[in-house]
Amino acid sequence: MYDMKALYQARDVADAVSLRLAHPEAQIIAGGSDVLVQMREGKRAGKELISIYGLDELRGVKMEEDGTIRIGSLASFSHITRDPLIQQYLRVLGEAVDQVGGPQIRNIGTIGGNTCNGVTSADSASTLFAYDAVIELTGPEGVRRTPIGDFYLRAGKVDIRPGEIQTGILIAKESYENTFGHYIKYAMRNAMDIATLGTSVNVRLSADRKTVERARVAFGVAGPIPLRAVTAEAAAAGKPVSEELAAQFAQAVKEDINPRDSWRAARDFRMHIAVESARRAFLESVKLAGGEL
Amino acid sequence: MEQHVIQYQTVHFNLNGKDVERTVDVRASLTDMLRNDFRMTSVKKGCEVGECGACTVIIDGEAFNSCIYLAVWAEGKHITTLEGLLGPNGELSDIQQAFVEEAAIQCGFCTPGFILTAWEILESGKEYTDAELRKLLSGHLCRCTGYENILRAVKKTMYKRLGKELPKT
Repeated sequence: MYDMKALYQARDVADAVSLRLAHPEAQIIAGGSDVLVQMREGKRAGKELISIYGLDELRGVKMEEDGTIRIGSLASFSHITRDPLIQQYLRVLGEAVDQVGGPQIRNIGTIGGNTCNGVTSADSASTLFAYDAVIELTGPEGVRRTPIGDFYLRAGKVDIRPGEIQTGILIAKESYENTFGHYIKYAMRNAMDIATLGTSVNVRLSADRKTVERARVAFGVAGPIPLRAVTAEAAAAGKPVSEELAAQFAQAVKEDINPRDSWRAARDFRMHIAVESARRAFLESVKLAGGEL
Repeated sequence: MEQHVIQYQTVHFNLNGKDVERTVDVRASLTDMLRNDFRMTSVKKGCEVGECGACTVIIDGEAFNSCIYLAVWAEGKHITTLEGLLGPNGELSDIQQAFVEEAAIQCGFCTPGFILTAWEILESGKEYTDAELRKLLSGHLCRCTGYENILRAVKKTMYKRLGKELPKT
């Protein structure tokens, strides 16, 4: 038995919005692999829950008419990894979420829950930042869209307003088209561990594959919320592909990140692995894009 | 003190091939309901926070930790526990038999969970490398066997189902 005060089960999105307005103190629960665990630990004990897990309309990955990829907020990690659209256009996201927890967690955990938790270590978040994902929220006023960078307010706090639930994550064609990416999760164990640092890089090369048209890099656990390393991105844009460029790009991430000391790792160590992970993920992305080194 | 109203809900689902229904306390986990209301005691209560995998069941073809799954979410689902793998006269399934043959069991507490995750792996009909199998089995803790015999049992059954010879190592 969970120590919950009450459970409200939403029948559809509109019902979820009404339940949110009727019970403003209640916690939204998607897959529950964080919320139910926190309830067991006592952190969320005695709370009311609004379950949206039954809303099948929020599952699945689709491509919209303009080429935008829409990931339903309740899409599970394992479904995202197996999804043909993700495998074709956003393979790095499928690979990143395939490193969350363990297999059973990836069957229940949702990308919406992963982002709404607001934690910096979320394995989906750095890749979503690196692709300028847009968060779709549905509330009493209708649908609102916000860039993921604005959605994360501070550690553990995201911009979900009264009555709202997250209904989708959108990635524009302009953002993912012709890009290749690589995610590195640095953790102590291969399974059931939280990232000490997460690094997601993606690149778009010129037609002759000799020049970096665009490079992007985002980190988890390099600051209180996931963040982009824009100095590094600028350092690589328009430059010829080379091992030296990878090293310069990697060194530049130090200008943008601000990791902390925690029991998992010291700040200095995180700085070190951020540089090394950025270098490796950049080189791997370039190779995937067909660039020669 | 604030009055606490206990909420009940009737859940209809298919358990090991049979349509069932129960009225449960909404605070119950799926582990609670399967053990207490249906006596499915193969579903073990281990860590109860989704770390150890001992409570694993199959829901609509995928393995889930039933300890972090609300009982009321079972509505309309097809759920399989280890009991559901037995043949009509109590015969062991291929994967259970392989666990016996490979001594992939000692105390047995993790076994039902491991076997159900193995079932999901085997039902995919794919051939996996050892590294892939280790990753697919990584949501379970076993403190007795050291995992090698478990891996061997799953691998052996995988090759058998694929009609292939088990590679010599």
